[in-house]
Amino acid sequence: MSDDTPSLSPLDEAGIAAAVDAALAAVAAAGDLDELKSARIAHTGERSPLALANRGIGALAPADKGTAGKLLGAARGRVQQALAARQEVLEAERDARVLVEETLDVTLPAQRHPRGSRHPLETLQERVADIFVSMGWEIAEGPELEAEWFNFDALNFGVDHPARQMQDTFFVADDVAGDAGSGTAAGLVLRTHTSPVQARTLLERDLPVYIACPGKVFRTDELDATHTPVFHQVEGLAVDKGLTMAHLKGTLDHFARAIFGPEARTRLRPSFFPFTEPSAEMDLWFPQKKGGPGWIEWGGCGMVNPNVLRACGVDPDVYSGFAFGMGIERTLMLRHGIADMHDMVEGDVRFSTQFQAVI
Amino acid sequence: MPRIPLTWLAEHVTVPAGLTAEQLAADLVRVGLEEEAIHAAAVTGPLVVGEVVERTPEPQKNGKTINWCRVDVGAEHNEPGGAPRGIVCGAHNFDVGDRVVVALPGAVLPGPFPIASRKTYGHVSDGMICSARELGLGEDHAGIIVLATLGIDAPVGTDARELLGLGEEVLEINVTPDRGYCFSMRGVAREYAHSTGATFTDPALPLPPAAPGGGFAVEIDDRAPIHGVPGVDRFVAQVVRGVRATDPSPTWMQRRLQQAGMRAINLAVDVTNYVMLDLGQPLHAYDLAKVAEPIVVRRARVGETLRTLDDQVRTLDPQDLLVTDSPGERGGRIIGLAGVMGGGDSEVGETTTDLLVEAAHWDPITVARTARRHKLPSEAAKRYERGVDPQLAHVAVARVVALLVEHGGGTPDEAVTDLDRTTAPATIELPADLPARLVGVPYTADEVRETLTQIGCEVSGDGDVLHVLPPTWRPDLTVGVELVEEVARLRGYDAIPSILPAAPAGRGLTEAQRRRRAVARALADSGLVEVLSYPFVGVDQLDALALPADDERRRAVRLLNPLAETQPLMRTSLLVTLLDTARRNVSRGEQDLAVFEVGLVTLPVAGAAAAPQLPGGVRPSDEDLAAVVASVPPQPRHVAGVFTGLREGAGWWGAGRRADHTDAIAAAELVAGVVGVPVTLVADADHAPWHPGRCARLETTDGVVVGWAGELHPNVVAAHGLPARAAAFEVDLDALLAAAPTEPLQATEVSTFPVAKEDVALVVDAAVPAQDVLDAVRTGAGASEAGDVLEDVRLFDVYTGEQLGDGLRSLAFSLRLRAADRTLTAAETAGVRDSVVAEAARRFGATLRA
Repeated sequence: MSDDTPSLSPLDEAGIAAAVDAALAAVAAAGDLDELKSARIAHTGERSPLALANRGIGALAPADKGTAGKLLGAARGRVQQALAARQEVLEAERDARVLVEETLDVTLPAQRHPRGSRHPLETLQERVADIFVSMGWEIAEGPELEAEWFNFDALNFGVDHPARQMQDTFFVADDVAGDAGSGTAAGLVLRTHTSPVQARTLLERDLPVYIACPGKVFRTDELDATHTPVFHQVEGLAVDKGLTMAHLKGTLDHFARAIFGPEARTRLRPSFFPFTEPSAEMDLWFPQKKGGPGWIEWGGCGMVNPNVLRACGVDPDVYSGFAFGMGIERTLMLRHGIADMHDMVEGDVRFSTQFQAVI
Repeated sequence: MPRIPLTWLAEHVTVPAGLTAEQLAADLVRVGLEEEAIHAAAVTGPLVVGEVVERTPEPQKNGKTINWCRVDVGAEHNEPGGAPRGIVCGAHNFDVGDRVVVALPGAVLPGPFPIASRKTYGHVSDGMICSARELGLGEDHAGIIVLATLGIDAPVGTDARELLGLGEEVLEINVTPDRGYCFSMRGVAREYAHSTGATFTDPALPLPPAAPGGGFAVEIDDRAPIHGVPGVDRFVAQVVRGVRATDPSPTWMQRRLQQAGMRAINLAVDVTNYVMLDLGQPLHAYDLAKVAEPIVVRRARVGETLRTLDDQVRTLDPQDLLVTDSPGERGGRIIGLAGVMGGGDSEVGETTTDLLVEAAHWDPITVARTARRHKLPSEAAKRYERGVDPQLAHVAVARVVALLVEHGGGTPDEAVTDLDRTTAPATIELPADLPARLVGVPYTADEVRETLTQIGCEVSGDGDVLHVLPPTWRPDLTVGVELVEEVARLRGYDAIPSILPAAPAGRGLTEAQRRRRAVARALADSGLVEVLSYPFVGVDQLDALALPADDERRRAVRLLNPLAETQPLMRTSLLVTLLDTARRNVSRGEQDLAVFEVGLVTLPVAGAAAAPQLPGGVRPSDEDLAAVVASVPPQPRHVAGVFTGLREGAGWWGAGRRADHTDAIAAAELVAGVVGVPVTLVADADHAPWHPGRCARLETTDGVVVGWAGELHPNVVAAHGLPARAAAFEVDLDALLAAAPTEPLQATEVSTFPVAKEDVALVVDAAVPAQDVLDAVRTGAGASEAGDVLEDVRLFDVYTGEQLGDGLRSLAFSLRLRAADRTLTAAETAGVRDSVVAEAARRFGATLRA
């Protein structure tokens, strides 16, 4: 400590007050934490007037020590308090400024990993399955390459039925690639409908049976806007005591509402299928139809033909049943306004990725 | 499918005035005849009767002579002021005073050929005088139509569209295979009556039987009936002599044939076609001079051939039923394929004067097989295979004979040949309450009786069981449920209430179904896009996968009738078609792909027995059923994925990351993980289509191979035009599901004692797979005195470098150690570390990296 520092007497009440005022002014004037730090050193540091005066107390007469101590204690307390208050304010200001400075453009793309998606034909089949499961039905499955007996004979298609002929059905050769064979039919086909699962189910399960079967089927149609050689159906079958066409109609109406909303309903028209009698075409009332609400064809249905029940070992005098089938592609096209089959079958990811949300 | 001109229909059933094709379609669909199409009127716009008032021949420089005519087309259509119209006409078969058909500007003739005023040969021709061909009325275009020659006398200005039936819409309907009788105006009129209650008049009421003997000799000699059903049970024939057989048929008949979709040919042919369309009975007219008695109906002999009317020579099959005659040997000359098509030799020609008219009732299955065998889906075959009324033949022959005489002159022989071996339809026993029980509408017995009577059945019995004799035109009605459909159909399907049946409580989805959904969802959630592809493949696609010649995946099921001859096989691997899908996406500009597919593959079993042929309608024996089931080749469900380009995109954050083998392996491991099956990776240097150095085989702990994953072979990548380093996986999902845990997972308690972390870097031969070293680390850690304290282990660094020495690498593992019941001591964690190093040293000679 140098001697030339002007010192403040510990008993100089006016001088101490002036030093406090100077300190408070400096604290108040500090615009940031650095300036406050300088003010702290200047007014409370070891060489500050108040510190020096405080140090001078020791040299005072004992009687004055108490007075001076009180005087300086109060003075230094005021300065410290002001410093702390100012420190808090300036720190808060600094923190706020840092956050402002850290601002980023949050609209920059955030998705670094490409999103995947399910194919809507698959998700729709799951949705359909869920509707039937919620009614207590179960989901049955079968092979896509099927024995002719299951695809045709068991379903009351006689050997001379037109649907068994070459124009619709993919027939399987009795050889495999690379092996010698006669090149004739092996008694196997690519299933033309999901109905063989009816026969398999009735043969395997105990009655009553309530099953739905979504799956892939095959017909020898060239791919165009409205046809595809590989498509999907959902088949329904119920065999129980006392089932009637009214139960068929009730099931179809419920299913239509579950898929297309509360306004949907169905209409039956007389038709013919070998595996049902009576048989019906099913139309769907479609409020969103292009060009105004109207009926559109949705599928086929009927009461299971007694010959089918017999082929599966079920007594048609005791049990009756109904069956129905509709196209998943058609359902998807109607529901989502898809105009062309190509998009659904070509595997273009731009089609699937439209369906990332729950459908 | 049959076309229904409304005016023709109206001959058999009362229809309201102004009935439209659309309304007719609505009426018919209620009883099960669906609209296929509505064919627009042949001519639209003004087409009127005109009278030629002036005709001036004008020779032209090109040598032709045209006629400049003035034609009176009536006050409404003549020129302002009433002057007749000026029309240029090239034909010469008319004169002043003739009434003709004039198409006025604004009319559209078939073609479509719009008519307008036009300048030609120095005149303004204000319309056209029409020939039969221009109106679609026939082939005749030698001259224009002079109405008087058609016997038509109509005032000038009359609408000729109506007069000639050219303004009519025609409804085409779709007839289901059980309703053969609706391939006729007679049948459709009957159904229209059922739908609307209109009065139906049967145009084919049975005639009294022909007097026996004296007709053209016909013998039936069927020695090989199919299913024991004789090939023919009715054969009617009658001779008409002195007929102008090759004259054109009357215009109205030509017009109706054309509306129904058939071509007019000559009187003899047109009349038989007309009666077929009207009544549903196919007929044939032979040139009597070219047929030698007796006609013999027999099956073909091996090696016989026939030139059919379409001028094709066909080799016949012993199942083909033939109409033959006997110029030398009895039945030695073939004159037709029964019920399908006539032969060319006995065709009606220019010299024909006498005709033999034939109508028969052939066995539907015989006809169907022959039509299909020879690819001859003729109008006759279409009707026979769906069932023709066996009582029609006689009526139809009589109609044809009458029409021939009326329009072609001639005299019919009195004697009619009628070989009638038909039997009456069988009576059906119908429980009176069956319709109500199956349909769910409380029809009374009286309602059932009344409805069945309405469709032509004779119903007797008034107890609980009705005895129902179906009409001869309904061969489809053989059992009770078919009658139930008739009741429901005629009383209206609209009457059926809607009642949701209460199924017994179900078990929900099966475990396998739930797991499959989870797999697909997990792959989608990890950024893969699900796609679908057709299962058809060709050998070139298997070649593109570089499969070795003896690879199992080359043994594929072959289709007899593939859509494309180049793709006759069923896929044995999903990647075959998924790589094509990837190629399509890449070629469409999507370089960065991650796609997957879940689907079946077909894996034929060598030497599998063919499926036994079993009938329908009866349950097969357990043995036969097992044989049918066993004949179906296994079709496991696979899941496969392909990655190309960037897996993580480049962006403002920096560079992207290219997909590599790890993405494929991670996806395959994800699939196994979701199913709950632990799998190990084994390097596989010999499995196409993968890169021999970058392919992992996935095996369960039992050693079952469930799939492969890794980078694709560069040749395969190139063959598919994919970006370099594309990767793929394929997993047998069914094999995984079979290995899935059957019991619920048992949870391990979560320890709250402190964790101890220990890093160990092991230097091993670079050829030792990381998977094996990791396995040694796990085993070693478990063998220490501390017990089972290895909570987790991760390989966090792989290092090779000079300081390690050639052929060596360092694998650094981070171990998380924790005991369930205590805090581990430093000595214990050091013991774990030592034990790990010792195990790795024992297995691979590993050393701790300095």
